[in-house]
Amino acid sequence: MMTDISPGLILIIGALLVPLLRGRARSLFMLALPVLAFVHLIALPYGLSGELEYLGLNLVTLRVDRLSSLFGYIFLIATLVSVIFALHIKDVVQQCAALIYAGSAVGAVFAGDLVTLFVFWEGTAMASVALIWARGTQSAYRAGMRYLIVQVLSGLLLFFGVLLNYRATGSISFEAIGLETTAGVLIFLAFGIKCAFPLLHNWLQDAYPEATVTGTVWLSVFTTKLAVYALARGYAGTEILVPIGVIMTLFPIFYAVIENDLRRVLAYSLNNQLGFMVVGVGIGTQMAINGAAAHAVAHILYKALLLMSMGAVLYRLGTVRGSELGGLYKSMPWTAGLCIVGAASISAFPLFSGFISKSLIISAAMEEGYFWTWLMLLFASAGVLLYCGIKVPYYAFFAQDSGKRCEEAPPNMLAAMGIAAVLCIAIGVMPAVLYSVLPYAVDYNPYSPGYVVKQLQILMFSALAFILLMRAGLYPRPMGSVNLDFDWIYRRPGRSMLQSLVSLWQLISSRGTKAMTRTVSAFLSRLYRHHGPDGVLARTWPTGSMAIWASLLLAAYMIAYFV
Amino acid sequence: MQRKRQGEGARAADGRQRFWLDQTGNVNKIVYAVYAICAVLLAIDPLISRYGPFAIERWFGFYGLYSLAACVVLVIVAKQVLRRLVMRPEDYYDD
Repeated sequence: MMTDISPGLILIIGALLVPLLRGRARSLFMLALPVLAFVHLIALPYGLSGELEYLGLNLVTLRVDRLSSLFGYIFLIATLVSVIFALHIKDVVQQCAALIYAGSAVGAVFAGDLVTLFVFWEGTAMASVALIWARGTQSAYRAGMRYLIVQVLSGLLLFFGVLLNYRATGSISFEAIGLETTAGVLIFLAFGIKCAFPLLHNWLQDAYPEATVTGTVWLSVFTTKLAVYALARGYAGTEILVPIGVIMTLFPIFYAVIENDLRRVLAYSLNNQLGFMVVGVGIGTQMAINGAAAHAVAHILYKALLLMSMGAVLYRLGTVRGSELGGLYKSMPWTAGLCIVGAASISAFPLFSGFISKSLIISAAMEEGYFWTWLMLLFASAGVLLYCGIKVPYYAFFAQDSGKRCEEAPPNMLAAMGIAAVLCIAIGVMPAVLYSVLPYAVDYNPYSPGYVVKQLQILMFSALAFILLMRAGLYPRPMGSVNLDFDWIYRRPGRSMLQSLVSLWQLISSRGTKAMTRTVSAFLSRLYRHHGPDGVLARTWPTGSMAIWASLLLAAYMIAYFV
Repeated sequence: MQRKRQGEGARAADGRQRFWLDQTGNVNKIVYAVYAICAVLLAIDPLISRYGPFAIERWFGFYGLYSLAACVVLVIVAKQVLRRLVMRPEDYYDD
């Protein structure tokens, strides 16, 4: 019986019990949930279970294999870290929403069929928006609304894709899908929205930096990596993913260089790192899929670590604008140090997690002879150090001293960052552990002297570029600004188009109402002439006045209705 | 880094604790260390074995010089082209 329960449901059911508890008991309970789910997951045997009959469909709520287990493990570890980071929060709505969100993502990973996937897919959308709205600002409310619309759109596409697929094949099983059918394309787009494909990406950079201090950390973990998992499951080896992934690694980094909000810089960098995973899925060889999965694991940890460090800065100072920060290492030395560990990991320094995961993808691209892809991935790898690895810690903690002084981050935040940092280093130092749980057997050693030197060349010459550009005054200083991205399309021309449509409709409907009123009153006066007190048909008929009043009431009702 | 140096003179007098990085000389030490590491990495470049399929990889100092060029292109394009195209005042979307 117990083996039939998805680990995701442990988090979701647990989340519903959270409001019943108070104080320390609630904190302990929330800490226990991911641990319990993790232990449960370890005990689960590989295979399909948790089968349900629903509307004549045979649902498989639990598919445990190497790929789903890996994402399950890392999601649950990230849940524990995020719970610790958010321990100071007393807001029960955020606590429940975060756990339901995490549970939905875990549930989706273990979904053995597309209908179960759809249910949890929508669960992640609905629960996560609460983490944006909880910020309480007007801009967070609006960004959350835009976010929700895009996420629901992804769900709708998935829904229609699943429906078409069922009609064509009579099956709802979630296996390799491919792009040969309309259903396949719809599901691909649904995954693509959540994975922030180019032009479908902007909900991410728009909404994530607007969420609460802790909310952004939760958000960074689940939605996009669930999409990477879904792509790896359904579209491994789909050739078009390679150019899509390459574009994803490239264009966000140009934005990241000029962005001022450091959490938004990290959102652009998230998009860039997803690109590496998408390339891996697109190449589709065993090594490439391993690389995508390993990079997802490493990425979840270092991205959460970086966002936690910026979250701590936001928590203490109320801002993460690069133009307003600087010199914070004096006040927050621990946060600064932990942020640097995250920065070293995302930059893929040897001995840090990003190095041992990204190298799998780049080597796979090389082995399969993807020359331009390989060249662009190197470009992006060099850029990562510049726009993220150096920029984020530099402008927050070093650069020109802003004169701002504050307390070090609270102990629970330091503990969460500490765990993430230890894991980042552990994965980098002992890659064999992560390699042993990847979907396919790994025969790869990232620490060959040649590879280490090449990587160090990439990183150190990028650092050199930073220094030279800085000294030449060419590196763009952070400036308070908004940088237009694809969301401009629906926030400006799209919105004014909608507004003109609305006013056009109002015009038509008000004209229509007037015409209607005229017709009705003409009809009434005719009626009155014939049926009124002096009317031919109404003479001595007392019912005439009755009829007229009924008509008047009807007209009044109609006018009121249309106006 | 220019800015950091300017900030220092004013900062020294305010009685706040001084840190290692507050001294220009120490910042320069880091910068020289980066130069030195780059020089060493370039010097040992011919010793690295390269077995990949792409000939360009075997050019002298390819990884380092390509990365340097990539970063310069990235920054110049972002600053000179993208910023001009997309940068707006912070209240752009406010009504």
